[in-house]
Amino acid sequence: MPLQITAAKPNPELLDLPWSMPLAQWPEELLAALPRGISRHIVRFVRLGDRVMAVKEINAEIGAREYAMLRMLERLGLPCVEALGVVTGRVDADGEPLDACLLTRHLKFSLPYRALFSQALRPDTAGRLIDALAVLLVRLHLDGFFWGDVSLSNTLFRRDAGAYSAYLVDAETGELRPTLSVGQREHDLEVARVNIAGELMDLQAGGFLDESADAVEISGQLCARYRSLWGELTGSESFGAEDRWRVDERIRRLNDLGFDVDELAISTDIDGTHLQIQPKVVDAGHHSRRLLRLTGLDVEENQARRLLNDLDSFRMATGRQGESEEFVAADWAERIYEPTVRSVPPELRGKLEPAEFFHEVLEHRWYLSERRGKDVSTADAVADYVAVVLPAKPDEDSVVGVDTVQMPVVARLPRPADRSGPARPTQGPAPS
Amino acid sequence: MATVTFKDATRHYPGNPKPTIDKLNIDINDGELMVFVGPSGCGKSTSLRMLAGLEEVNGGQIFIGDRDVTNLSPKDRDVAMVFQNYALYPHMSVADNMGFALKIAGVAKDEIKKRVDEAAKILDLAPYLERKPKALSGGQRQRVAMGRAIVRSPQVFLMDEPLSNLDAKLRVQTRTQIASLQRRLGVTTLYVTHDQTEAMTMGDRVAVLKDGYLMQCDAPRYMYDHPNNVFVAGFIGSPAMNLLDLPVVDGGVKLGGYVVPVSREDLGGATHVTYGIRPEDMDLSTDGTGLELVVDVVEELGADAYIYGTAAGVNQIDTDGDGGSKPFLARVDGRRPPKRGETVHLKPKPNHSHVFNADSGQRLGK
Repeated sequence: MPLQITAAKPNPELLDLPWSMPLAQWPEELLAALPRGISRHIVRFVRLGDRVMAVKEINAEIGAREYAMLRMLERLGLPCVEALGVVTGRVDADGEPLDACLLTRHLKFSLPYRALFSQALRPDTAGRLIDALAVLLVRLHLDGFFWGDVSLSNTLFRRDAGAYSAYLVDAETGELRPTLSVGQREHDLEVARVNIAGELMDLQAGGFLDESADAVEISGQLCARYRSLWGELTGSESFGAEDRWRVDERIRRLNDLGFDVDELAISTDIDGTHLQIQPKVVDAGHHSRRLLRLTGLDVEENQARRLLNDLDSFRMATGRQGESEEFVAADWAERIYEPTVRSVPPELRGKLEPAEFFHEVLEHRWYLSERRGKDVSTADAVADYVAVVLPAKPDEDSVVGVDTVQMPVVARLPRPADRSGPARPTQGPAPS
Repeated sequence: MATVTFKDATRHYPGNPKPTIDKLNIDINDGELMVFVGPSGCGKSTSLRMLAGLEEVNGGQIFIGDRDVTNLSPKDRDVAMVFQNYALYPHMSVADNMGFALKIAGVAKDEIKKRVDEAAKILDLAPYLERKPKALSGGQRQRVAMGRAIVRSPQVFLMDEPLSNLDAKLRVQTRTQIASLQRRLGVTTLYVTHDQTEAMTMGDRVAVLKDGYLMQCDAPRYMYDHPNNVFVAGFIGSPAMNLLDLPVVDGGVKLGGYVVPVSREDLGGATHVTYGIRPEDMDLSTDGTGLELVVDVVEELGADAYIYGTAAGVNQIDTDGDGGSKPFLARVDGRRPPKRGETVHLKPKPNHSHVFNADSGQRLGK
């Protein structure tokens, strides 16, 4: 069978890669980072033009299925890595068939959880990751995606105005259904709880997470966070007909959580004295959609919330409450946001995403003002931040050197030496 | 230890014209390895998931032991999906990798140690308990993953196509390991696969499903020799059974120039039947009687050879519905196979013929 590349946005450079070579043997100069650890599949991060892509060696059928699934999730607007293509029909120099490869684009400025824990971190990092994962899981479940293998390693995190937003990386076990049963959702939660506790215990064993942190308790938070969010997004409530304000209030509560209500079912009882409401269709991204509409900026939800707050302050400070929101927003973007993010010297641009930089500057301004006991201007805060804080931060635009260590389903190891003799050193693929 | 009982268990997805699983009745014995097998869409995975609590049961009940689990949450059912999650943690010892789920479940330390030690003994992992997973071979790592399910000592193991990810060679190795481990542990196990060879080599009993219905549930050998219906006859066995549409004549059914003896009682007044004969259940006849076959292809496999040909005057039944005409297939002695283009005569071995009702597809006679 000839080599076949199915790609969403075909890049001719794909043809130059050594597809006739097992992925584990690809030359180092092609790789964006050296792989470590053991993995369910062999994965390599490969440079392609100015971007990085992940290449996963996988059975052709499963690879094609995962590719289609990721494309579907993307179309549904769910946060996941972008599938680039599948390469099938690979054969080695001797004509022996090789497994197919699934290609995904590396998500810029995303961080694997292990990379987060190897930096000096705020004590509640684990909790923030859990929060982000709970939101992701709720969003996936609302759209009928049964994940089957929820874990921190199958998720990537992006900074989001001091919090994180989570992206699905591995859809291999996933299924898309019209709706999910309670059992399916509970199963995902149970898998998540066990996996996350295991992952945290492993961090502790490796000295990356303080021994005093309770892995079981932290992973249990996921279930609690998930359930409360799920309840808020899907639960029905009823109240007296005179309390109609509660309809608006429910919508506002959902907006505050970052969700828009697309469909709300309202019913009354027979005599009309009670109303029952239940959100039927909710969409994540309330703030980011609003910011996108006003300014064309496409950022994470909490970043958007932060930027919108700053936009509001700008409006107040310039006394333009009566003006059209769009005009003020355009001005704010031109006079405040753009100059701020442009002030990062090119060599430091790999440190933080622009919107996250803006958020950090706002934080820094507040911190400087407090320390100096007077208002500090944004321009001063930017200058100080760029000079003092930013250079010390790690580059985060393409962090890939992860070692999510997983079980090799495909044990490409010496056979039949399995039971005898010392274990040979294993080659080290990266995350799956 | 426990039995598993599906009692009229039904799964009907809203909007589908018919149930995905329709009134499934099956008893899995304590300690048994039961394999559900069938083509895609037959409902085998759905039924496993009904037992796991991942699919709602719209009708009927499911029992583990005498406990009705139909409406229990997955984690309250005391079942374990094996091979579902292969994560091994690099900084944790093998013992911790096996026992951490018990720690999460709040099991006491010495109890965890006891269970991990026991599982390690069964899995030949005892000498490695204090090592890190990196120091293990691929097969040992896989056993650690199994150990994680074993230490939970669930009442039932569930395995849903666990080998689908493996290449052909490893699949054969691993299925033998799973089957022998299951027998040593004696834990009731439901195993789902689309591969009939896997089903036949692993299962204590095999349940064949099609379109949401149970077609037959029996021990592999019995099912091979006594398929209940045309579907099972065509599905089980590789290469597949020859299935022909044959007329009934005096004394039996007419296979070319030969009459296969079948009692009138078994035929029950039918004028036509579906006749099945496995490729290995035919002999070349020397006297020119039997089914006349023009050999199109000879496949030599050493000890055996398979001959593919066009049989004169009989219609092959299109069991897989692909409309393609199927050659007749017979196994012959590999040392003296006929040549391509040659005309041979084949006679069924006594008592190896299968006869089915031409309309219902149900087996006639024993």
